[in-house]
Amino acid sequence: MYVYDEYDHKIIGERVAQFRRQTERYLAGEIPPEQFLPLRLQNGLYVQRLAPMLRIAVPYGMLNSRQLRKLAHITRHYDKGYCHVTTRQNIQLNWPQLDEVPDILAELAEVEMHAVQTSGNCIRNVTTDQFAGVAPDEIIDPRPYCEIIRQWSTFHPEFAFLPRKFKIAVAGTLADRAAIHFHDIGLQLVKNSTGAIGFKVLVGGGLGRTPVIGSVIRDFLPEQDILTYLEAILRIYNLHGRRDNKFKARIKILVRAVGPEAFAEMVEQEWQNLRDGTSHLPQDEIVRARSFFPEPAYQRGLDDVDAMARINSLRGENREFGNWLSHNVQAHKIPGYRAVTLSLKFTGVPPGDLTDRQLEVIAELADRYSFGEVRTTHNQNMVLADVPAAQLFELWQQLSKAGFATANVGTLTDIICCPGGDFCSLANAKSIPIAEAIQREFDDLDYVYDLGPIELNISGCMNACGHHHIGNIGILGVDKKGEEFYQVQLGGNSGYNAALGDVLGPSFSRDDMPQVIRKIINVYVENREGDEEFINTFARIGLAPFKERVYAKAQ
Amino acid sequence: MPKLSKNGELLNDSWQALAKDATPALSELSNGEWLVHIKWYLENQAALTGMTNVSVWLDSDDEAASVAELTSKLPVIGVNFPVFTDGRGFSIGRALRERYQFAGELRAIGSFMQDQLFYLKRCGFDAFVVADGAPVESMAKSLRDFSDFYQAAVDQPLPLFRRRAL
Repeated sequence: MYVYDEYDHKIIGERVAQFRRQTERYLAGEIPPEQFLPLRLQNGLYVQRLAPMLRIAVPYGMLNSRQLRKLAHITRHYDKGYCHVTTRQNIQLNWPQLDEVPDILAELAEVEMHAVQTSGNCIRNVTTDQFAGVAPDEIIDPRPYCEIIRQWSTFHPEFAFLPRKFKIAVAGTLADRAAIHFHDIGLQLVKNSTGAIGFKVLVGGGLGRTPVIGSVIRDFLPEQDILTYLEAILRIYNLHGRRDNKFKARIKILVRAVGPEAFAEMVEQEWQNLRDGTSHLPQDEIVRARSFFPEPAYQRGLDDVDAMARINSLRGENREFGNWLSHNVQAHKIPGYRAVTLSLKFTGVPPGDLTDRQLEVIAELADRYSFGEVRTTHNQNMVLADVPAAQLFELWQQLSKAGFATANVGTLTDIICCPGGDFCSLANAKSIPIAEAIQREFDDLDYVYDLGPIELNISGCMNACGHHHIGNIGILGVDKKGEEFYQVQLGGNSGYNAALGDVLGPSFSRDDMPQVIRKIINVYVENREGDEEFINTFARIGLAPFKERVYAKAQ
Repeated sequence: MPKLSKNGELLNDSWQALAKDATPALSELSNGEWLVHIKWYLENQAALTGMTNVSVWLDSDDEAASVAELTSKLPVIGVNFPVFTDGRGFSIGRALRERYQFAGELRAIGSFMQDQLFYLKRCGFDAFVVADGAPVESMAKSLRDFSDFYQAAVDQPLPLFRRRAL
């Protein structure tokens, strides 16, 4: 993964000193609260319902074991001994003290981490596919480009006070595990007919209160042009995005107002002034960025069939292991290796939460089984990306002990869920108890497996941190005269066939939710043809049968 | 009001900005140094020719292109920040310097805040109109928050990736 040089260390170190001074000035009354607000937000610091919340950047989801151990130390020393993996691959602390945040940032800087631009109206952490570099269906590894974009966007002087937040995602596969259709800018790495590398560029996607699927404004942008082109998009947005109404300030509103074609033309014109500038990427820099993501020292020539035959033979003796193999282990481009997803969706634990001790266990397992690296996922799980197939049983035993082997990845109970009303001051309703109630309702794993892949997402308010619009089943917390209710949407899809869910109808009380989901699943099961996935059954039969069942008057 | 230089020195300032809707008689402008809003300047350009003591300021919703023909003649251009959260002035500053080659004094006026000075400097601003009694020493430090940067801007036209190799 990327390794800081003297420049990175200097810049991040100076950021810590800057924020320390800003915090001191704020506490001394020298910075008014409204001015301190964007300063702390751009260091990931929110003031929340119960305490400040600090969002630590995990650039494109990559962590090493040293960083995990530091995070464990930080959660133990400065917080209550646990942290939370977010839907944008970052890590949140729920209970830091404001005056200790500079110290936390200094500790993070020691292990080449920071909280830069994890909030505020600026360019946020770049996200990508958790299987980057190891996925068999990958066209190009997105991580070098993510790092190039990370550096370009870090402390960009022109774009720190945008109309609203700005999120960029990069995908290196067609399958799209980075939700590029739902970002302010989505970049799809592609090769053209001559084999040259470039990007398909989408703009104006997003969730929140106005969900929109991004529009393609360029089919092929050569890789050398990425920074100048991003700069052109951001400049157009900075100058022309709405600033009169924060709910209409995202780039999606601008793109929709002028139309994607006209927007593309504005960008194109701006770009003509920038494209030959110094930010045009030399091939050397692309090569340098790639050099940080070499293949680890894989053992070559492993017999995949043989290794898996031996591992699969253990399924018979141990059903739980078999389930885990089927659901939490993913394909790898190198024969004899597999990627392993650690489920952070254990019933009774808020989705994405990790204790200090668990962070240390993951660090140990990463060192032992996966070249010391681990990734966070936008599904709020973690991934050991390079595990030798022959060691899968041994790893499973360790994971089971540590509570990460719940064999539910990609299933109905692998719920994506924001912190909700238990923690977040924006939330209209709690989300974690809903996740738990649904997990309890569907506690028969065999039944859940039979249902096939289903994404269920829960957001506690329309800011949509739980990405409910793009869950196959989406749940949105709403407030009705001080009471918490839940609206259900069906048919969302975060992947290549991107789609926004349709609202089922009037909202439900919290107690009704498990039965509502049960009825939805029953309609699916009754209408399913063969092994058809939920999303395809929905596409075939539409919303009506679900609506009819869920809102049927009791007989 | 005094102005802070990009080096953190407090300097006396004789330029005064007139309100956006001001319609001064030319005789009122004959003494002193005045920044008038770009719209009024363009409407009265013929009469103002040769008056080196009159220059312009842009608001955040004005386009940098509106001064494209004037940049070689104007000694000072002001860019207003109506509220510190309005970041359009950063783009306007860069465009004035990089696209329209403005080489005179580019000054930030209005409601920018101390902790934006560093970014303003990077975007080509070299003077900052501050309130009387502003904490100059503290501001001078904020101007030097960082000693290096990743991306190209006005003060360092080479992105770090072109300098790392040197």
